[in-house]
Amino acid sequence: METSIRSLFAAPHRFLLLAVWEIQSYTVLSGRAIANLFTRPIYMREVILQMERIGIGSLTIILLTGFFTGAVLGIQSESALRRYGAVSITGQLVAITLVRELGPVLSALMMAGRIGSGIASELGSMVVSEQISAMRALGTDPTRRLVTPRMIATVMMLPILTILCNAVGMIGGWIIARFKLLLSSSQYWSDSLNALELSDVFGTLLKPVVFGFIISMTGCYVGLRTYGGTEGVGRSTTQAVVSASILVIAVDFFLNNLIIYLTPFINR
Amino acid sequence: MIEFRNVTKSFEDEVVLRNVSFRIRRGETKIILGVSGSGKSTILKLILGLIRPDSGQIIFEDQDITLLSEQELVGVRKKIGMVFQEGALFDSLDVRENVGYRLYEDGTMPDEEIGQVVLRLLSFVGLEDAIDKMPAELSGGMKRRVGIARALVGTPRLVLYDEPTAGLDPITKRTIVDLMIKLRDVEGVTTVFVTHDLQAAATVASEYAEAAPDGRIVFRRGGDNLCLLNVECIMLEDGHISFEGRYEDLMSSQLPFVRTFVA
Repeated sequence: METSIRSLFAAPHRFLLLAVWEIQSYTVLSGRAIANLFTRPIYMREVILQMERIGIGSLTIILLTGFFTGAVLGIQSESALRRYGAVSITGQLVAITLVRELGPVLSALMMAGRIGSGIASELGSMVVSEQISAMRALGTDPTRRLVTPRMIATVMMLPILTILCNAVGMIGGWIIARFKLLLSSSQYWSDSLNALELSDVFGTLLKPVVFGFIISMTGCYVGLRTYGGTEGVGRSTTQAVVSASILVIAVDFFLNNLIIYLTPFINR
Repeated sequence: MIEFRNVTKSFEDEVVLRNVSFRIRRGETKIILGVSGSGKSTILKLILGLIRPDSGQIIFEDQDITLLSEQELVGVRKKIGMVFQEGALFDSLDVRENVGYRLYEDGTMPDEEIGQVVLRLLSFVGLEDAIDKMPAELSGGMKRRVGIARALVGTPRLVLYDEPTAGLDPITKRTIVDLMIKLRDVEGVTTVFVTHDLQAAATVASEYAEAAPDGRIVFRRGGDNLCLLNVECIMLEDGHISFEGRYEDLMSSQLPFVRTFVA
């Protein structure tokens, strides 16, 4: 980052050219990964392997993240809502906050840390040990064999993990509501579920699809352009996590605007 | 078989090859020597189309492959075997899947038949017992030998070796060099051997393999054997060819860079 800022001031035209080149390369890689979906072969064995790694492998961290986030929301809502005598709507607050925002974003950030880094380091190691060159020399397109399966797996598994994160988060909130705020279970759950609208469900499913695409493509892109041996692999791993996390948060802003715009049509 | 016509290649601001021209005939062995970073491996990557030259032409079997697309290059690459520096075996696949990778990808041959091909190639490099091992379980020398077996799938007429003896002990190094000589002389494979290992280059340039009456392969030294007459060396210096000729001429060359290199 420091180098980037330095090069921005030292040679702004070069920095801009580099930025445009990076965006173009990222777009080309993404386009090719998507285009591979419509032509053969599709490496189903690799897709299933990646789904197992990404989905089952991330279950524990996603469930723990969801549970404690829901519990913290329950605790925090008490102090905020008590002032207005509205502790009874804790369920609503937990459900809306989780489903609309925290569930998808926190799941994506956890996945950026776990999956984005994993993909970047795996592909980066393959680049520096010339496995990618060997693959091309043996007539295989690395985008088809490595990138597309990871993209499919992440895009399919992140929505499922987000739903689980939301569900466990609401259970975390319920435990606080029931045993600390002494609300009845039926009040908490009916409040929570009634507060949710169709647009919230749409948003909580749309966001992880987009975030999954960003995380997998960023990991693959950064991993495939690794250079400089094992040091380069470490650099790529860090860069993949940082870039994917920033992109997730930035894209979340635009997705929120889109969902708000679409809400009247969805809830009609 | 291969011709480089005024090929220039640079990475960012650094020119690695500058107007390099040479020709490799069918059945010939070309030994490319030079210090690290002199562009030796770049030449191999250019032949395979893994990278493109900035200018110049690369001709393979009378076809200009300089600007071929990745899809068009698949056919060219099928005729070429490449042995990478550290073997470049796929970590997640076992030896059987690594060696048979190209055939599994093609999907036209039954698995049982692929298994037989893999076993035959592994026995050629003396590693049939390692068929079910993972790359992490293999030593450096074994990885290179599996890499050679993988490069031989589809019986390519040209095999490229990227420093296959680097970092190996003398005995393992000799095993790899013997395999290269055996392939060249018994199978008639055209060879491009990139190295900075003068001892390995000397062995390739001065020894030949032939089948003894009992079927064993024996290695002999010297003589006017065609395979030895067909060995030529290229010395790369700062991106250009500073010497091209027979190994004996290289050793007796008075060019300052060559003298420093061979001293």
